[in-house]
Amino acid sequence: MTISLVDAESVLAVDIGSRTTRAHLFDVVDGQYSFIAAGSALTTLQVPYRDVSEGVHQAILELQTVTGRCILGQDSRIILPSQADGTGVDRFVVTYSTGPAPRVIIAGLLSDVSLASAQRLVSTVYGQIVESIGLNDRRKLDSQIDAIIQANADVIVIAGGTEGGATRSVYKLVDMINLACRSLTPDQRPEIIYAGNQSLAKRIKENLEKWTKTTVAPNIRPSIDLEDLAPAQQTLNATAGRLRMRCMPGLEALASIASTPPTPSAFALGRLVHFLSRALDPSKGVLGVDLGNASTVIAAGTATSHAINVFPLGMGRGAAQALQQISLAEITQWLPIPIAESFVRDYLWQKSITPDLLPQDIETLAIEQAFARQVLRLATQQFQARYPEFDRALEPIVGSGGTLTQIPSAQALLILIDGLQPVGVTTFVLDQNNLAAALGAAASFNPVLPVQVLESGAFLNLGTVISPVTSAGYGTPVVRARVEFERGNETSLEVNQGSIAVLPIQAGQAARIHLQGLNTTLLDPRTQKTSLSFKVVGGVCGAIIDARGRPLTLPVDDARRRDLIKNWSFNLGG
Amino acid sequence: MQAAITHILPLSLIRRRRVLPAAGRVLVSEGQKVNAVDVIAEVNRPGRHTLVDVRHELGLARTDETEKLIEPRTGETIQQGDILAQTGGLFRQMIHSPVSGKIVAISAGRILIESPAQPLQILAGTSGVVRELIPERGALIETSGALVQGVFGNNHIDQGVLVILARAPDDELTTAKLDVSMRGAVVLGGHCSQVEALRMAGEMALRGLILSSITADMIPAIQKATFPIIVLEGIGKIPFDLESFQVLTASEKRDICINATAYQPYAGERPELIVPLPSIGELPVEAGDYGLGKKVRILAAPYAAQIGTLVQVRRGLTRLQNGILAPAGDVRLENNETLTIPLANLDMLE
Repeated sequence: MTISLVDAESVLAVDIGSRTTRAHLFDVVDGQYSFIAAGSALTTLQVPYRDVSEGVHQAILELQTVTGRCILGQDSRIILPSQADGTGVDRFVVTYSTGPAPRVIIAGLLSDVSLASAQRLVSTVYGQIVESIGLNDRRKLDSQIDAIIQANADVIVIAGGTEGGATRSVYKLVDMINLACRSLTPDQRPEIIYAGNQSLAKRIKENLEKWTKTTVAPNIRPSIDLEDLAPAQQTLNATAGRLRMRCMPGLEALASIASTPPTPSAFALGRLVHFLSRALDPSKGVLGVDLGNASTVIAAGTATSHAINVFPLGMGRGAAQALQQISLAEITQWLPIPIAESFVRDYLWQKSITPDLLPQDIETLAIEQAFARQVLRLATQQFQARYPEFDRALEPIVGSGGTLTQIPSAQALLILIDGLQPVGVTTFVLDQNNLAAALGAAASFNPVLPVQVLESGAFLNLGTVISPVTSAGYGTPVVRARVEFERGNETSLEVNQGSIAVLPIQAGQAARIHLQGLNTTLLDPRTQKTSLSFKVVGGVCGAIIDARGRPLTLPVDDARRRDLIKNWSFNLGG
Repeated sequence: MQAAITHILPLSLIRRRRVLPAAGRVLVSEGQKVNAVDVIAEVNRPGRHTLVDVRHELGLARTDETEKLIEPRTGETIQQGDILAQTGGLFRQMIHSPVSGKIVAISAGRILIESPAQPLQILAGTSGVVRELIPERGALIETSGALVQGVFGNNHIDQGVLVILARAPDDELTTAKLDVSMRGAVVLGGHCSQVEALRMAGEMALRGLILSSITADMIPAIQKATFPIIVLEGIGKIPFDLESFQVLTASEKRDICINATAYQPYAGERPELIVPLPSIGELPVEAGDYGLGKKVRILAAPYAAQIGTLVQVRRGLTRLQNGILAPAGDVRLENNETLTIPLANLDMLE
């Protein structure tokens, strides 16, 4: 797809992360949008600056140095739109994943219906649920009021009442929230989003609006068996954005010149995945995974549905919370070398208080990568429990986050495979330049840009991974593979259960793979196929047959397990 | 690339804004001398709430009818036993307040009463002089002295005489080293992995404990302790860095202020130790470039707490020996060994 130069718009995208602020420049080269270059600087939200604009300014200055293109005017402002002399840019977008997460109370009727939906709604943004109030709450009414007040929340999300359903219980709930708001001073009152029975919305808004800002969003649970988060997600996102603006000095000024309101990076990743799931093969769907410092984001999209979930589990700031849910044994089982559990525990806790630390030696790198596997594993399991419609055979899978992009590609691929444990055939790509959020933000006004930038190779193709499902025993042959190269030569191999094998397809090389499942092995559980034939383009790690089984179970014996982990890594070139 | 600076200074001018999270009352005046534990400002916190359902208790059907019978108004203060509502007639019914407090809302025939709570107080955090008042919020405190910043604290503040127990940077604090002569002191301990040592320190009424590092299993006990505990280096077996150790051991027997606030980077709050001195220092720089000649402390194992000089900032990204690709610099240690360290693992010092 070539675009007319009349329509061509250069785009400057700034992503404000917890440690690094990045400025990305996209422009048209030979009739196609391309990623031109990036500049980065430390984020300046913390002391002594307490203003994100300084970090943005520094990142753009570095971008100017790299590209030789003048983006900032003499007054240090971004030149918008671009000028005839080539200075400036046409569009400017901002995404962010830093700053204190809004504190949210969820209120609803039944814990497994409206409260569960409210919880899922909040998990689509960087939000922290600090209190939950429902019909089955056994606390006395005044204790519940105390709980609302003590929670010191920024937002209360009220769900409940299907369309045409309960009214009295919803009014009781709203009445209690009303009382709690009235006992707080105006500056302490949380904003309210009402996303319940719409026939009550007008009266509820009138009731609460007297005391605090109240926004009505479409019902997230219109009927008992139907959940519809998307419209309310927009409202929550706007509210969360406004709250972030208050505690992120400098963001408001950036927002005033941006083409779209500043977007949380997670939301932008979700938008990109949704967009790609429609632009690519809709029957397959797309999975996006961002393994971040404070949180892990999983977004999935198919032709018929999409979902996003922000998990407060991260590699740095989010490590403490992850350690509440992941046992040390689960982490140390992935270590290829013996390291004392106490050292592993102390290193990860140290990361929680100095979250930007990077592993300095082989031992700490091994800990970091073992932890990454379990964080991804936990997030994937929770995501699948919430959204069972997304099986593990989505293609492609886009991985991002510093833990993955700062290490050799084979190590990143193995972490993704071990953490996500896909089944069937999928392709892994790595967002090596941290572009996903920028592309998701740009997609809202320029749908051509993300597609063309991705076609230009901005994401790194790690390789196609075939993960058969089998009940065969360890060492039994499970897959016979024949690779037919374009020049006519071919190679064959047999893969045994418990092993991981790399098909010798060079990066960028096209080939056709013929696979035969052996001993009742399914190659694609979705279609129950036992033989497959398809064309692939080799990734930087070639193409991989992962015959280690699902779920991947590691041997109990320490020495044998470590040997296996080392072998798997060696086979992939890690 | 500009980064925040950690301060380990034998003498510095120190200014600290101590403010409430919400508008309240400022309790000090400009020019007033304060100690670390003096209250600078306070704000009322919401107390417990009691809901009295008058309509239900009187068995009335209508809300408007009920509210006519309610005697106190919103905002009024009442005492336990005061009459909240009463009916007239021969068989008069009365509703008494079950608690003392303030009426914060009357709605749908119900009365919400808030009982008084302990106000939220902001302490000075250091001894010094109130240099400026911040209306309704707090004050700017100024002092001069030695300053050492840490990474972890348990949200307590105190002040006392500094007693040195750690005679070397890698010393450990054990129960055997604590004795009653330390009562009321701030103790420089070392690495600690014994919960029992913390318990003993609490029983001896220490005014504060300064640790180089702790093991992660100590965190719950530290958070439960009722006296300030500050960790300077982090979690793991990490010795004191030499700079902090020298500044603190040189201050033995001096009065030291220990502000073990939790590290809150967005709020700019950091646990720190201040040893007030009569000499007047200069205001320290808060941020700086990763520039040549800068003094840095390595944060990550296996070199944690080692101090050196940045002798080269490498261009672009550097592939480290373990395969990590990151912005990095070369650091020359005091023993002349040069290490390549990711910039993210360097703490710039002043």
